[in-house]
Amino acid sequence: MNRLFVLLCSIMLLTSCSSNDDGETPTVSTTFKFTHNWDGALIRDYNFGPIQYINANGDIIGFERFRYLISDIVFTKANGEQIELDVYNLVDLTNEVNMEYTPETQIPPGSYTNVSFTFGLDNEDNSENHLDLNSASFNVPDNLGGGYHYMQFDGKFINSNMQEQGFNYHAIRAVDNPGANPTFPQDTFFTVNLGAINVTNDVEIEVQMNIAEWFKSPNLWDLNVYNQMLMPNSTAQIMMYENGQDAFSLGEVFQ
Amino acid sequence: MKKGVFLVFITLLCLNCSDEDTGYEPTPQPLDIPQIFSDNIIAPVIPTDNPQTMEGVALGKQLFFDRILSADGTQSCASCHGPQSAFTDNTPTSAGIDGVFGTRNSMPLFNLAWNYGERFTWDGKELSLERQAEEPVQNPIELHSNWDDVVDRLQNHPEYPELFQHAFNTSTITKELTTKAIAQFERTLISANSKFDRYSLGQTSLTAQELNGLDVFLREDKGDCFHCHGNPNNPLWTDNDFHNNGLDTTFDDLGLGAVSGDPNDNGKFRTPSLRNLAFTAPYMHDGRFATLDEVINHYSEGLQDSPTIDPLMKQLDQGGVQLTTQEKADLKAFLLSLSDPSFINNPEFQN
Repeated sequence: MNRLFVLLCSIMLLTSCSSNDDGETPTVSTTFKFTHNWDGALIRDYNFGPIQYINANGDIIGFERFRYLISDIVFTKANGEQIELDVYNLVDLTNEVNMEYTPETQIPPGSYTNVSFTFGLDNEDNSENHLDLNSASFNVPDNLGGGYHYMQFDGKFINSNMQEQGFNYHAIRAVDNPGANPTFPQDTFFTVNLGAINVTNDVEIEVQMNIAEWFKSPNLWDLNVYNQMLMPNSTAQIMMYENGQDAFSLGEVFQ
Repeated sequence: MKKGVFLVFITLLCLNCSDEDTGYEPTPQPLDIPQIFSDNIIAPVIPTDNPQTMEGVALGKQLFFDRILSADGTQSCASCHGPQSAFTDNTPTSAGIDGVFGTRNSMPLFNLAWNYGERFTWDGKELSLERQAEEPVQNPIELHSNWDDVVDRLQNHPEYPELFQHAFNTSTITKELTTKAIAQFERTLISANSKFDRYSLGQTSLTAQELNGLDVFLREDKGDCFHCHGNPNNPLWTDNDFHNNGLDTTFDDLGLGAVSGDPNDNGKFRTPSLRNLAFTAPYMHDGRFATLDEVINHYSEGLQDSPTIDPLMKQLDQGGVQLTTQEKADLKAFLLSLSDPSFINNPEFQN
């Protein structure tokens, strides 16, 4: 009886120790928290509806729907070594869904000279079939190049006739010649560099988006000119790509 | 040592036996997920407290078609949700047992388990299929019963206690078990065998007109239907979300706004699926459009502005997207390719 008891205890002890192998490098989890502002004023779902924000062109706008994709998170060390996470997250500010995202893969603590992600999807990821994005109706039709929206921003503005008018600021892969054989003038996904982060423990990284930047520079966005049917407009898509470069920044880091 | 081995053996035996003590269990009957769905969209929503079972689905089907749920025994769920109409009605609104008409068009019933947001009815006020099934029974202009009476009738019925015993392991009938059974049946109402589905699977081809119609549907500078109504990669053909699609300048029916209390939601209704349009006329939440042509004309020239109109509605100053006569005909041909005669004729779904 005593030997059996010792045997059972030994098995339990060995089993309970197996996940604490001292030879493994410790890892920590990373959580990305997405916050949004209009030139510093926090934007939450309850701010949607009323036409109350003034963009760089002087147009007054309101939000109806706002969601976008980030993907391919990369942690870069000083020696150039990179940890690349082949992931994506559909941030839905309209319903405040996926506002925090924790990749399954953990990373070693350390000093990272840059943390970056892709706005939208690169062409490889964009050509894949993502069931969750299909279910969210985030597709771009095949005759517009296929794949997925990078961002869907629907709202209203007061136009030059002082009337409310809808706009659909939808960022996709820029496309020409819509139809059976579309062509792609240039890539319009882009890398967002958050900068250096010293990771010592489980970490929460705030990613801020200033939505006003999408209308600001280098292209002063005139909603009276560019408001709807912008998906097949490669000029508009390239302008969105250029304006989005300064929309993101690193916020607070908690660990 | 021998006693110790015996003790461990007995313990293991007890652990192995513990699951068998509950006796009878209904037979699991998972949904038969069509390939066009499994290839493209995520898994359906099945509540953990109401798994699909063969006995539960059979009971739900019998209840769905049984007039015992109405106060005077004259109507069932199927009275307003008939199989030949893809489980809707062929009138703009429907009359209840007292001959009083409601204010909303009966919604067609199919692919309900893929409503990921689980907001049912036109205004989204029902937060699960089980809860939705409660309301029509006691609605005074629908089945006009009360649930206590319904449960009494079912409990005193010669067959139902045994059917509940088989479905839920108890012969004590409750409102909750009754709606669970109906919801199980409703989740089996799957439509995924339209001509377009077979085209997507490489099993048939579309006509030139249908393909042109698909192009109109998907072009942002033409119909731009896909933002709300899905696309070949989202074969539900709805986003199950809420939109004001420009029917009125003012609202007699606030839709989602009456549920949320948010004036920004006034005039918003859930996007219906475009499947089975051949069987589901009339259209819109109040059944105002008798034909598909009227619906297409609405989006082409008939949009009405209002404070909450969805910004996805295009060219509002011109009344809509201004399709040509040919584009309208092509679009209609494509839309009809989404209808699924095998669904309305499926013997599993008939009374």
